[in-house]
Amino acid sequence: MSLITPDFGLLFWMTLIFAVVFFILAKFGFPVITDMIQARADRIDQSIRLAKEAEAELASLKERQQQILDDAQREQVLIQMEGVRLKDEMIAKARAAAEEESARIIEKARRQIAAERDEAIRQIRTTVAGLSIGIAEKVLRKNLDNIDAQTEYVDRLVNEIKSSSSESN
Amino acid sequence: MKGLIKLIVAMLAALIPVGLGAQDLDMHEYLFGHIGDSYEWHITTVNSKPVSIYLPVILHSKHSGWHCFSSRHIAEGESYQGFAIDPEKGKLVETLSDGTIYRPLDISVTKNVLGLLINSILLLVLVLSAARWYRKHDAMQEAPRGFAGAMEMMVCMIEDDVIKDCVGADYRRYSPYLLSVFFFIFINNLMGIVPFFPGGANITGNIAITMTLALCTFIAVNVFGNKHYWKDILWPDVPVYLKVPIPLMPLIEIIGMFTKPFSLMVRLFANILAGHIMLLGVVAVVFLTAKLGTALNAGLSVIAVFFGVFMDVLELLVAFLQAYVFTMLSSVFIGLSRQQPQE
Repeated sequence: MSLITPDFGLLFWMTLIFAVVFFILAKFGFPVITDMIQARADRIDQSIRLAKEAEAELASLKERQQQILDDAQREQVLIQMEGVRLKDEMIAKARAAAEEESARIIEKARRQIAAERDEAIRQIRTTVAGLSIGIAEKVLRKNLDNIDAQTEYVDRLVNEIKSSSSESN
Repeated sequence: MKGLIKLIVAMLAALIPVGLGAQDLDMHEYLFGHIGDSYEWHITTVNSKPVSIYLPVILHSKHSGWHCFSSRHIAEGESYQGFAIDPEKGKLVETLSDGTIYRPLDISVTKNVLGLLINSILLLVLVLSAARWYRKHDAMQEAPRGFAGAMEMMVCMIEDDVIKDCVGADYRRYSPYLLSVFFFIFINNLMGIVPFFPGGANITGNIAITMTLALCTFIAVNVFGNKHYWKDILWPDVPVYLKVPIPLMPLIEIIGMFTKPFSLMVRLFANILAGHIMLLGVVAVVFLTAKLGTALNAGLSVIAVFFGVFMDVLELLVAFLQAYVFTMLSSVFIGLSRQQPQE
């Protein structure tokens, strides 16, 4: 039997059929599948790489976020310090202004007091002068009755004036 | 216990009509009818009438030119237009008017050719329907499920484990061929195990088929071999006295060029053929023991069925394994022909 001798008819058909099958499969069959599988494998690789990059970016973002937070905190402290400084300054300024104002008021009061005192002194002086003159009038009126006593009195006065002038010399 | 077995055997014996297997089994015809090629596809026999598919016979005779007729006319040893099947060789021969027997050019569509056609169409449908999934869907967005997923798994397995590893850098150029070979052999092996039409044709167990496949690998290896490959054959890296004056090593290498595809051819052919013969032999036990009495026949039939199931499962493994081995060795040979010289 022709078990180990290849039959020509079958060889012919096999060559023809296999050629056609191979042509169709190699053109429309396997390349479509393998290309897609390859493309998907590439895509998966790429996605993994992208995911890693995204992760790294996320980590750097977190770092930056932390940095921003730190910066904000530092800024906050600075602003707070500035605020305190400004407050102190304002208080100092206000105090200075208040002192100045109070000094001015005191000065003004003092001047007024002085003016009022002068006025009062003047009034007192006028009153005292009037009173003195009145008293003097009364005294004089009483003492003019006695000539001796008057003379004596005038002498005394003159002496007094003399002594006082000599003392002043 | 013994009584029980006797009872079961007796019941089994009663179930089997005497004389079912009484007719003599022509072992030669039985075996070669299944593993060999024929002009008709005998499917079954109903009431001693054969149910067959008669296939076209295409002949070219030097004396009478082209002939094309149905094999119905030459069934049962009849003669038609001077052609008849040679009972010894099982091939059509022409008997000339002077009595000489002459073998014409015979490209008939035989049982194996029809099986080959059916399996090839099946293969095309399977692969193209899987490829269609990739055309219809965006493989970037989803992975195939169901049949396309199974095909992808097979394709990936062959491409990644066999082709990529064995061929080397430019494997993409060869992967369509190697994948085609793998699936072609695999589907033909599987269909050969199916015991009824449209399976059952012993295709990959036919040397003409494996020869064509081996020839394709031979062409793939030698036509696309690089300079290094040819240098390795004609002037290998061995001491000079092995190359001149007697080109001992080049001769061995050149013989090796042919033995590699030859081994591919014989390995696949012999494995599948042996599997078929084993299976047929196991099944034949049922009919061969019919003459030995009902009890023995029944007992041996049970054993034969169990052993047949075992063989069938084994053949499933072999069907895959031989396709895998053929593809792997082809890949290795191609890989060797594409090797770059090592520094």
